[in-house]
Amino acid sequence: MDKKLLTVSLSPHLHGKETTSKLMTGVVVALIPAWLVSVYFFGWDAVIVPVVSIGSSVLFEFLIQKYLLGKKSSIQDGSAIVTGFLLAMTLPSNISPWLVILGALVAIGVGKMSFGGLGNNPFNPALVGRVFLFISFPVQLTRYPNPNHIIISDAVSGATPLGLLKEGMRNGEAVSGLLDQVPSHMQMFIGAMSGSMGEIAAAAILLGFIYLLVKKIITWHIPVTILTTVFLFAGILWLANPRNNADPLFHLLTGGLMLGSVFMATDYVTSPMSKKGMIYYGIGIGLITVIIRRYGAYPEGVQFAILIMNAFVPIINMYIKPKRFGEVKKNG
Amino acid sequence: MQNTKYRTFPRGGIHPPEWKLSAGEPIKEISAPARVIIPLTQHLGAPAVPVVERGTAVVTGQLLAQGQGFVSANIHTPVSGKVIKIDAAIDASGYKRTAIIIDVDGDEWDSTIDRSPSLNKNIRDSREEIIRKVQDAGIVGMGGATFPTHVKLRVPKGKKADMLIINGVECEPFLTADHRLMLEKGNELMIGVRLIMKALEVKNAVIGIEENKDDAIEYLSGLAEKQPGISVQTLKVKYPQGGEKQLIKAVTGREVPGGGLPVDVGVVVHNVGTTFAVYEAVQKNKPLIERIVTVTGRSLSTPSNFLVRIGTPVSKLIDAAGGLPEDTGKVVLGGPMMGKAINNLDIPVTKGTSGVLFLPADESHREKADPCIRCSKCISVCPMGLEPYLLMPLAEYKLWDKAEKEKVMDCIECGSCSYTCPAHRPLLDYIRLGKMQVGQLIRKRKQTV
Amino acid sequence: MSQVVLYTIITLSTVGVVSAIILYFTAQKFKVYEDPRIDQVDEALPHANCGGCGFPGCRSFAEACVKAETLDDLFCPVGGNETMAGVAHILGKEVVEAEPRVAVVRCQGSFEYRPRTNHYEGVSSCAVEHSLYTGDTDCPYGCLGQGDCVEACAFDAMYMDEETGLPVIIDAKCVACGACVEACPRDIIELRKRNKKDRKIFVSCVNHDKGGIAKQYCSVACIGCTKCVKECRYDAISMDTYLAFIDSDKCVLCRKCVTVCPTVSILEINFPPRRIKTEAVAAEKTSLTRESGKISDNSDSLK
Repeated sequence: MDKKLLTVSLSPHLHGKETTSKLMTGVVVALIPAWLVSVYFFGWDAVIVPVVSIGSSVLFEFLIQKYLLGKKSSIQDGSAIVTGFLLAMTLPSNISPWLVILGALVAIGVGKMSFGGLGNNPFNPALVGRVFLFISFPVQLTRYPNPNHIIISDAVSGATPLGLLKEGMRNGEAVSGLLDQVPSHMQMFIGAMSGSMGEIAAAAILLGFIYLLVKKIITWHIPVTILTTVFLFAGILWLANPRNNADPLFHLLTGGLMLGSVFMATDYVTSPMSKKGMIYYGIGIGLITVIIRRYGAYPEGVQFAILIMNAFVPIINMYIKPKRFGEVKKNG
Repeated sequence: MQNTKYRTFPRGGIHPPEWKLSAGEPIKEISAPARVIIPLTQHLGAPAVPVVERGTAVVTGQLLAQGQGFVSANIHTPVSGKVIKIDAAIDASGYKRTAIIIDVDGDEWDSTIDRSPSLNKNIRDSREEIIRKVQDAGIVGMGGATFPTHVKLRVPKGKKADMLIINGVECEPFLTADHRLMLEKGNELMIGVRLIMKALEVKNAVIGIEENKDDAIEYLSGLAEKQPGISVQTLKVKYPQGGEKQLIKAVTGREVPGGGLPVDVGVVVHNVGTTFAVYEAVQKNKPLIERIVTVTGRSLSTPSNFLVRIGTPVSKLIDAAGGLPEDTGKVVLGGPMMGKAINNLDIPVTKGTSGVLFLPADESHREKADPCIRCSKCISVCPMGLEPYLLMPLAEYKLWDKAEKEKVMDCIECGSCSYTCPAHRPLLDYIRLGKMQVGQLIRKRKQTV
Repeated sequence: MSQVVLYTIITLSTVGVVSAIILYFTAQKFKVYEDPRIDQVDEALPHANCGGCGFPGCRSFAEACVKAETLDDLFCPVGGNETMAGVAHILGKEVVEAEPRVAVVRCQGSFEYRPRTNHYEGVSSCAVEHSLYTGDTDCPYGCLGQGDCVEACAFDAMYMDEETGLPVIIDAKCVACGACVEACPRDIIELRKRNKKDRKIFVSCVNHDKGGIAKQYCSVACIGCTKCVKECRYDAISMDTYLAFIDSDKCVLCRKCVTVCPTVSILEINFPPRRIKTEAVAAEKTSLTRESGKISDNSDSLK
């Protein structure tokens, strides 16, 4: 092409500095505080699992695009890195690397590429990988290590607070009594409890959340509605029957709720487009989470809640539209 | 009088870099070129019909073409000389359209035009006379939409305007023509506002200016204090605040209903450039034959604001601003957000040309489009509450009916969606196509009914 | 234990029977009468659903055929006369034989003959580029080369020639459905009468500009010199604002006009080589013509 030719195109002739890879990098940066906490508590394991997960995710995406789909590789957009990192954050640190690789294969291969790659997957790929592992290898996925640097009673070793609660309730114990055996709210807030790598420290996740908000990568709508819904719903249950229900703050701080609502539910591709839609989606996730936690067979329900609401996103997008400018109320 | 509470429109909008390079440059007059090209379509609506012939000698300000029909505008010669031909010439539309081409000879003005610099404060004309003079002078909206002004001065029957908003927002990056006009012709503007208020029979006028033009705000607020009914409203900087509907929402909080006109909510909006032209037409009997054009670009040696005769080729402006920069990759008529890229530097300045922008080669190309990641940023920035991510594939796959249902016609083509899209998708390109096709379908439907 | 099995069988069978009854009555209630001939006609159609007949899909065309009193205005370009005869037979109606037609691209503005003067950037859509400006050459009438027509073709009968930047129609595959004609924002593609051995003579230009202007941006544009009009003895060539047009119904393929055209904008395709003409000018012209013969690809291998 001759350089002297003028370029002609339609307006606008300016473009903002935002790019897909920048957004993805932002998510990775926001995950770092939560990851650092897990390194602090779980040591080298917490370094190895993410490295394996990210590496295999990127590799699988590259291989599938190159050899199965025959398309140009798009790994530089960084979405595979985010998927890999998120997947690792939902796993316990003592998991076998082979399972991590298997999870990454399912996340990328089934969760993402089988639908046509970035932008077309209805379900959050990292969660697809996590749930696949969770259902196929329940023992490995729920045998959590105890955090180092923290002296806690033997009673809680290897079980998450939520697991402990579920177990106790099954045996007919009163929740109020069980709560004495779990770490205090403050301990849970800074991450001193058993659990998956990324989910333990609510404080670190909130730090990441603030970063995402400041960088305008996500809006507040989804995380805040999920957390509020869980708090209110769990609060009502607790007020109605404090013997059989944990307090709402406990629900907020335990399990994958924080990680899920800030990093998983807000995944661009699988969340609703309009702000109003996001609020309905968040309420749905919050309700389903508490229902599974309280009445379901599993101690934790965030992963299922998000996947279930993912399935409703197309319907939400179809019926819940942003308010158009100049839309007048029909008053007959 | 200055309203101190800063306002803006609530939904959507972006903050592109401002790059108002020529904000400090006083308006310079450029002499007439050797030959001018006067397109017969410089306004929205039917083309004007020539009243001169090949060979006719004309003096500056003489009528060249008569507006045809209700929505149309007169065209006057900006120079004196001889009509050498009436022929197709390429203009800002990108296509050849009929134009009157005049070879310049001297600069003799029509004797009825008052060329003295003195301020003519007394408003003698009646309401009807003001409108008639505006129509005769061929004034159109000078912000870029080029809608004939006299049409907007006549409030449709059954409707009532209670407020006039003067658009001094100039939210497009780079452009400073309106800014300079407000600084240098403040007194004339005030009289122009009074004239339009009289024509519309409204008691209130608000001049909306964004806070980045604080010198203009201060100056005009001072002048407005002596003028009953006129006030200056400072607005927060946000693109596209200069959009008519956005400006009305920002200043008054009223929302023009979908498919409706501003007068439906009792407001009429005029640009500051138009207001100044109204002053000159009514008080000085001067038709619209010149305008202020910002010539700018980051690699241009002297970004400037020029007072230019209509019909001057863009190339002449380039010479006046220090020559075409080496690295130019794109030339845009208007601002970078809504302006039109041109492929020919002989295209003339018309009534709606607010600026000429030179973009360097490395900034004039688009990035490769990536798949949509549904980040919904296009929805958050759309000032009209539309869903560009959805409209684009609807237009791409020719689903016009669905596009119409999704209100594609409400799009104001501000370009915020394409600007913000992290995947660099050509959202507006396709939405424009959708608007065009749906518009045709609607017209067809109306004809058959 | 066996009792449980028994109960299960009974319950499920009852549910099955009840549902069947409900379904039967619903089907009866909502039954819509449809002329059985629609199905028959539909079956006789080629099922390309190209819209070439002017109806959205073959089914609607079949309905229209059954409803219509005569088949005069109805024609399936894909199936051609054969299919229409079949349809007429089913409906017991008369059908007029239609001339077979073929699409023709009327622009030769390749990179060589029509140099690019600017660089278009944006979506690959002729419709979008057309709405913006004249295109990356200055010709306001010529092909934009973004391939809207190729995309519209449901029969793989078109492709973009990368050397010339122009679309090429494969005669053997073209069914003259008109989808490309509809898709082209500049009305460059025309449906013309299909002659024997796919021979064609047509003005391969749609430029209405004056000769001098047209020549500025395209060396093979029709300049409106009217030489061909004067040469034609069959009154087949007409002139409309500096552009010649050959009526394919009147043209007898004598090729006289081709030789007089000073800009080689009239093309002759699929003719045997000429025997006469030793003059250098004519030789140059023929070579030009042969080159631009690319505009229509008629290779037998495709048949």
